[in-house]
Amino acid sequence: MVIVNGHSIISPLGEGSQANFEAVQAGRSGLRLYTDRFADVEPFCASLFDTPQDFVELCVRSVELAVSSQNSAVSLQDAGTIFILSTTKGDQLDLLRPAQAIARHFGNPNPPIVVSNACTSGVCAQITAMRLLEAGIYRHAVVVGCDLQSRFIVSGFQAFKALSPEPCLPFSPERKGLNLGEAAATIIFRRQPSAFSSQPVWTLEAGAIHNDANHISAPSRTGEGAYLCLKDMLQGLTPADIDLLGVHGTATLYNDDMEKIAIERAGLQDVPVSALKPFFGHTMGAAGVLETILCMMQMENEKWKMDNGQLQIIKMLSGFGGVNAAIRLKLKIQN
Amino acid sequence: MKVESQIEITPTSVVLNGQAIAVEATGEKMLVELYRRFVGDYPKFFKMDTLSRLGFIAAELLLKHSGASEHSDKSCQPTAVILANRSASIKNDRDYLATISEGNYYPSPSLFVYTLPNIVTGEIAIRHHIQGETAFYILEKPEDLEPILLSTFNFKLSTALAGWCECSEPNSFYAKMQLIIWNN
Repeated sequence: MVIVNGHSIISPLGEGSQANFEAVQAGRSGLRLYTDRFADVEPFCASLFDTPQDFVELCVRSVELAVSSQNSAVSLQDAGTIFILSTTKGDQLDLLRPAQAIARHFGNPNPPIVVSNACTSGVCAQITAMRLLEAGIYRHAVVVGCDLQSRFIVSGFQAFKALSPEPCLPFSPERKGLNLGEAAATIIFRRQPSAFSSQPVWTLEAGAIHNDANHISAPSRTGEGAYLCLKDMLQGLTPADIDLLGVHGTATLYNDDMEKIAIERAGLQDVPVSALKPFFGHTMGAAGVLETILCMMQMENEKWKMDNGQLQIIKMLSGFGGVNAAIRLKLKIQN
Repeated sequence: MKVESQIEITPTSVVLNGQAIAVEATGEKMLVELYRRFVGDYPKFFKMDTLSRLGFIAAELLLKHSGASEHSDKSCQPTAVILANRSASIKNDRDYLATISEGNYYPSPSLFVYTLPNIVTGEIAIRHHIQGETAFYILEKPEDLEPILLSTFNFKLSTALAGWCECSEPNSFYAKMQLIIWNN
């Protein structure tokens, strides 16, 4: 178990977790139609920054915002702090160099880790952080998720016929596919609880990764890997203990079908779900971090639901390569 | 932690548990030669990019030709595939880029799917029916994977296929993978 010490989101909807949360609550979406953003690609619907962003600068700003939101100070140049970057395409196909540049910017001495596990990266990176902290290898972890869109990515998803020409509709019978998105999001984790605070504290309790072992680009028809992840997250609990399920909800025909099957197999069909891609698009390496933050904020807004002084969420994701991942977080009043 | 078996593959050599396997071809052709000699019945191999072929062949030799499969207690059936490299999927990224060059724009969906480094872990999981964890990390050097493996399997009974699987150019690749058993 590790503690969520601070977080931030930078997306086309705003700077900072609070601005993004308020945008979602107000029903604002970053999705719009782009006709000439990239040469050759057909018009596509996505959530992109107005001006092209520098990958490293965007991540640095995201980390700075997360630092300023912290419950208690974490020294980024400390040898007990590790930087973990979650990304699928990095800075123009280079994944490690931007991670090194971010760590260097903050004077961190450790070799950074890049998690590149397709669209599950943002959840997997949090699992990696939790394990490294629990094993006592580091005291703090800065998990940054970021991806920027490009001709490379949009053309590929178009060739795959996975993009919806309109704003996506997760779990709707009318869904036509996904929209891509850009964002950077950061969560800072710590191993030790900070000094007593009357505010409830979020902890990352558990995480699991499972492969469908079925197909590299199509989800399992029985939701195998996703089901195994959910089952792991429910160990020692019942579905009634879960207050919110953050789904992947890409709005492709097959992904949503697969998730529905996995959720039902795990007995979680009565739990409220959160599907955020109609606001941000699929932000790839950022998705797991960004969507986890917004699920936490949604719960903080519903603190009246707290029974036994706690609330719990599960965040799940699936990706190419047949990989699925899930984490469970708990909001609890410190004793 | 116990290393059950280990394989090292370069464009000109294959060493399994310290024993060199004689090969005639080099580079990408050597991977095809190894496929024909040691596998032969998995035509999907020919759809894979070089990184996946490299990881697939390494896993195949580790699991089926290293003596590990002779254990009767099945403790050598891996439950996880954890790989890392320095260059992600750059070789295949370049191949895909060639299909979207300006004036010659025919994006290939079958190449696009391999523009993620973790696809090789999926290919291995499919082949060996591994529904446990699959993960891919991008790191400066192979040693940087050690703390990640240590914390992943800390205090857990587990068998994993883990290591380095790198391919930066069609004929420039390096794999050093191990079958590891944790039984502390």
